[in-house]
Amino acid sequence: MATAAATVQHPHGTVHQPRSRWTAPGWYRVLIALPLGFFLAFAIITLARLALGYHPTISWTGIVTLAMVTMPLAFIVGIGCFDYWFYWASGRPTRPEDHSGHGATTWRDYFRVNTDHKVIGIQYIVTTFFFFAAGGLMAMLMRAELAQPGTQFVNANTFNGLFSVHASLMIFLFIIPVFAGIANFVVPLMIGAPDMAFPRLNALSFWMLPTAGVLMLASFLAPGGSFATGWTAYAPLSTDTPLGQTFFSMAVQFAGASSVATGLNFLVTIITMRAPGMTFWRMPLLVWANFTTSLLVVIATPFIAGSQFFLLLDRALHTNFFDVNVGGDPIMYQHVFWFYSHPAVYIMMLPGFGIISEVISTHARKPVFGYRMMAFSLLAIVFLGFTVWAHHMFVSGMSHWLRVPMMITTMLIAVPTGIKIFSWLATLYRGVIHLRTPMLFALGFITMFTLGGISGVMLAVIPYDIHVSDTYFVVAHIHYVLFGGSVFTIYAGIYHWFPKMTGRMYDETLGKIHFWISFITFNTTFGPMHLIGIDGMPRRVADYAEHYAGWNVFISISAFIFGASFFIFLYNMISSWRHGPPAPGNPWNAHTIEWQVSSPPPIFNFDEVPTVVGGPYEYGVPGARHAVFKEREAAPAGVAQTAAAE
Amino acid sequence: MLAIGIAAAVIGTFLALQINWFPAQGSTAAGKIDTLYDWLLVASVPMFVLVMSVAIYCVVRFRVRPGAPTGDGPPIHGNTRLEIIWVTIPFLIVTALAVYAAVVLAQIEEKKPNELQVRAIGQQFTWHFEYTQAGGRKFRSDQLVLPNKRPVHVKINSRDVIHSFWVPAFRLKEDAVPGQTDHVRFTPNRLGSYEVVCAELCGAGHSTMRVAARVVSPQQYQRFVQSKLRPAGAAGGAAAGGGAKAGGGATAAQGKTIFTGEGGCGACHTLSAAGTTGTVGPNLTKVHIAREGAGFIKQSIEDPNAKIAPGFPKGVMPQDFKTKLGPQKIDALVKYLLQAGK
Repeated sequence: MATAAATVQHPHGTVHQPRSRWTAPGWYRVLIALPLGFFLAFAIITLARLALGYHPTISWTGIVTLAMVTMPLAFIVGIGCFDYWFYWASGRPTRPEDHSGHGATTWRDYFRVNTDHKVIGIQYIVTTFFFFAAGGLMAMLMRAELAQPGTQFVNANTFNGLFSVHASLMIFLFIIPVFAGIANFVVPLMIGAPDMAFPRLNALSFWMLPTAGVLMLASFLAPGGSFATGWTAYAPLSTDTPLGQTFFSMAVQFAGASSVATGLNFLVTIITMRAPGMTFWRMPLLVWANFTTSLLVVIATPFIAGSQFFLLLDRALHTNFFDVNVGGDPIMYQHVFWFYSHPAVYIMMLPGFGIISEVISTHARKPVFGYRMMAFSLLAIVFLGFTVWAHHMFVSGMSHWLRVPMMITTMLIAVPTGIKIFSWLATLYRGVIHLRTPMLFALGFITMFTLGGISGVMLAVIPYDIHVSDTYFVVAHIHYVLFGGSVFTIYAGIYHWFPKMTGRMYDETLGKIHFWISFITFNTTFGPMHLIGIDGMPRRVADYAEHYAGWNVFISISAFIFGASFFIFLYNMISSWRHGPPAPGNPWNAHTIEWQVSSPPPIFNFDEVPTVVGGPYEYGVPGARHAVFKEREAAPAGVAQTAAAE
Repeated sequence: MLAIGIAAAVIGTFLALQINWFPAQGSTAAGKIDTLYDWLLVASVPMFVLVMSVAIYCVVRFRVRPGAPTGDGPPIHGNTRLEIIWVTIPFLIVTALAVYAAVVLAQIEEKKPNELQVRAIGQQFTWHFEYTQAGGRKFRSDQLVLPNKRPVHVKINSRDVIHSFWVPAFRLKEDAVPGQTDHVRFTPNRLGSYEVVCAELCGAGHSTMRVAARVVSPQQYQRFVQSKLRPAGAAGGAAAGGGAKAGGGATAAQGKTIFTGEGGCGACHTLSAAGTTGTVGPNLTKVHIAREGAGFIKQSIEDPNAKIAPGFPKGVMPQDFKTKLGPQKIDALVKYLLQAGK
C-alpha cells in the first residue's frame, strides 16, 4: 500500500481539536457504541413487554431482532458517518470541509470514514472480495457434500443454510457492490470531476455494507442455524423458520439502502458534474452503464426492501401478509420480490457491459463499434428489464395469462443484448489486439455470456421452462450469467484499472495463468450442470439419486480447482500492490480521462479541470483527443512531459 | 473463416441433437417438449458457434505478435446496414420461437374428455393423492398410480408451505401453493415406475420429498381402485378420506401408514421397522424412542421444540402436526412408535 500518495500533504492543513480516542470517530468509539446499541434493544423490548404484561418478560428473539437494527446503526454512528450531520442538526459549529479526510497515506486510513471517492472505491473492492471469498468457501463446502450421494459433511439443514448464505453474499455483498466500488473509483475520474456529488453520503453507503455482510455471516450463530430458505426466502416457508431468517431480511435492508444511496449519488454526479465539453454522447460507455444501472437501482431496490419488511412484520409482529388462513397471499411475495430481483440481474450485468466496452476498445485499439447503439441498448435493457419479472414464476401458480406476455418480453431482451455482443465482436475485427489479462477476461466474458444468454432464451420458452425450472439447468444458467458474465467482467476491470488504483503493475504471467485455469474449470464445473438439470436433478438438495453421482463427483473436483485459482489472483494482487513495478500514468495508452492523470491520481484528481473535445474512443483517428488540459499543455514542453509521465 | 464457421455450426448442432439428455418420455407432453428443445438447439448452437468463430478468428488473425509494429486499428465507428441486420435476425428468431412455444403450451395444457381427477396434496415432506371416482366416491393413496393412456387432471394443493409437483418423466411441473388450487394436465403413455419430486425448497427434508408415480395398465388400475375402495381396507385405506371417524380407536397399523405416508415422518426419521432412512431428524430406532414413553412421543410430535435432541437444531420439524393430523391419528402414531421403536 506504499503509494505515491504517501508524500502528499493535506493542502489546507488539519484543524482538529484534540479529542479522546473514545469519543473521536473510529473503532474505539465503535467498541462503546455496540454494547449501547444492544442495551437499547434490550431496554425497549423488555420495557414494552413489561408495560403490556407479556410473559416471559425477557424475549431474546425480540431483543435480537431489534438489536439487528440498533447495533448496525450504533456501528455506523460509532465509526463516524453521522458526525458532520449531527453537528449540523444540533446547531454546533460544523468543521468546514477541509478535505483532511481525503486520500490514504497508510493502510489504517482505509479503516476510517473517508470521503475520498478513490479511497471509498478501494474500500468497496477489498471488502466485497472478502465476502466473495467467504461465499466461495461455502460453495466449496457444498461441492464437498455433493461429491457423493448421501450425507457426508453437513446435514440437510446446514446445507440449505450454506447455499442460501452463499447466494446472498455473492449477490448483495459481492457483485452488486463491487461494481459500485469500481465505478466509485473510475467514474468521477472519467467525467473529469474532483469527487462524487455527495462524498459524505458515499462514505455512509460504504459503511452500511460491512454491517449487512456481518449480519448474513452472523446468522450461522443463531439458534436453529442460518437462514435456509434460499436467497429468495419464499413465504410462507420463511415466515415459519428459526431466527436466522430475520438476519437475511435485515441484512438486505442495509445492503439495499447502501445501493440506493450510491445509485442516487451516481445519477447526480453523472448528470451535474461532467467536465466542460463532456456531452452525454461523449461519455465513455462505462459512465453510460453506471448511469443506466443507477436508474435500475433507484427504481427497483425499494421493492425488495418492501418484500423483506412484509416478511419481517409477519415474523416479528405477526401481521398476516403471507398467512393464507387469514387472507394472506404467498404469490404476492414472489411478485414483489422478483419485481426487484429480476432488474437486479441487470444491476449485476450492465456495469460489466461498460467495463467490457472500455477494455475491448483500449486493448484492441479501435473505437467501440456502434457507440450510440451500445448506449441505446443499455436504455432498452433498463426499460425491458422491468417487464419480465414473472418469468421466474412460470410454474408458481400465478395467473396463467401473464406467462406468454412475459415470455415475449424476456425473449426480446435478447435483441439489445445481442447488439452488444455483435458490436464487441465488430470492435475486435481488424483491431490490433493486445492479449493482456483484462482482454483475455473480456473475451472469456463474451463467449461465456453468450452461452448464458442462450440458455436464458431457452428458459424463457415456457414449455421447456416447465420441465427445467428449479433444476440444475437453472443453476448452470445463473452461474454462466453471473460468473462467466459478471465476475469475468469484474476481473477484467480489476486488472485493467489495477495500475491506476495502486500505481503499480500487476504480474501479467500470473494474470494469464489465473484466466486460463479459471476459464477451463469454470466450464467443467458449470457446463455439466445443464445436463444433469435436463436429466431431472432438482436444485437446492443436499442428497440426490445414485444416477447423478458420476457427473457430481466430476463437477466437485472441477469446482475445487476452480476455487483454488482464486488464490493465484489474490497472490498477484497483494504482491503486485506491495512490490510491483511502478505504473506509468497511461500504461494502456487509452484516451479516456482517468488515464490522463498520474497513477494513482492526485488527491483531488485534477490540478486543472479537463476540457472534453471529442469522443472517448477515437483510436486510429490521427491527432484525435478525448480531453485536453489547457494550462498543462500551454506550459513549456519539458514541464508538460513530466506531468504526463508521472 | 466462413467455411470453418459454417462447418463447425453444422457439426455442433448435429452432435447436440444426437445426444438425448432427457429422462424417459412418460407422457404425451414429453415428446412435444423434447422436440421443442431440439429446435431451440438448432437456433442456439449456430449462434454460439458464430460468436466463438468470430472471436477466435479475430484473436488469431489480429493479435499483436512480439516484435511486429503496433499502432491503432482503423477508425471504424459503425455500419448501419450491419447493425440493422443484427437487430432484425435475432428479432425474427425469437419471434418464431415464441410463437412455436405458445402453440406447444396451448397443446400440452389442453383440456381432454374423460379426464381422471386426482388431487395431489403436498406437505412437509411427502405427497399424497386423493382420487375422485365417477360416482363421487373418494379414496386416498400414498403413491400416484395412473392408468396408461388416460388423460389426467391433477389439482395441486399444499397443507403448509410451497412445494412443487414435478414428475421429470412427464416433463410437467406446477407449484403447490397453500390456499389455492393449481392444475396440471397430461396423458401418461408409457408403463413404468417414475418419481414425483418436490422441486421447490420446502425445508430441511426437501431433498427427501419424493414418492413413486406408477403408470399401470387399465386392468391393474382397476385392481388398485378396488383395493382402495374395499371397506376397512388393508394397507392405507382406513386412515384416509375421513373413513376412520367412525372411531373404533387408533391402531398401531394405522400409525405405520401415517408414519410412512400422510405424516411424512419417514422422510426425516430413520425407523427400521417402517423401512425409512431419513437423516434430517433423530434416528428413532437408534434412540429407542419407545423407551421415552407415550407422553414424550406425543409431546415431540405436537410441540417438537419443547425438547430437542442434542445435535439437532430447533425449529426444523414442522410444528403443526397437531392440527394437520388431529388427535386420533397422533394417537395411532404414538401407539405405533411404542411398538416399532423398541
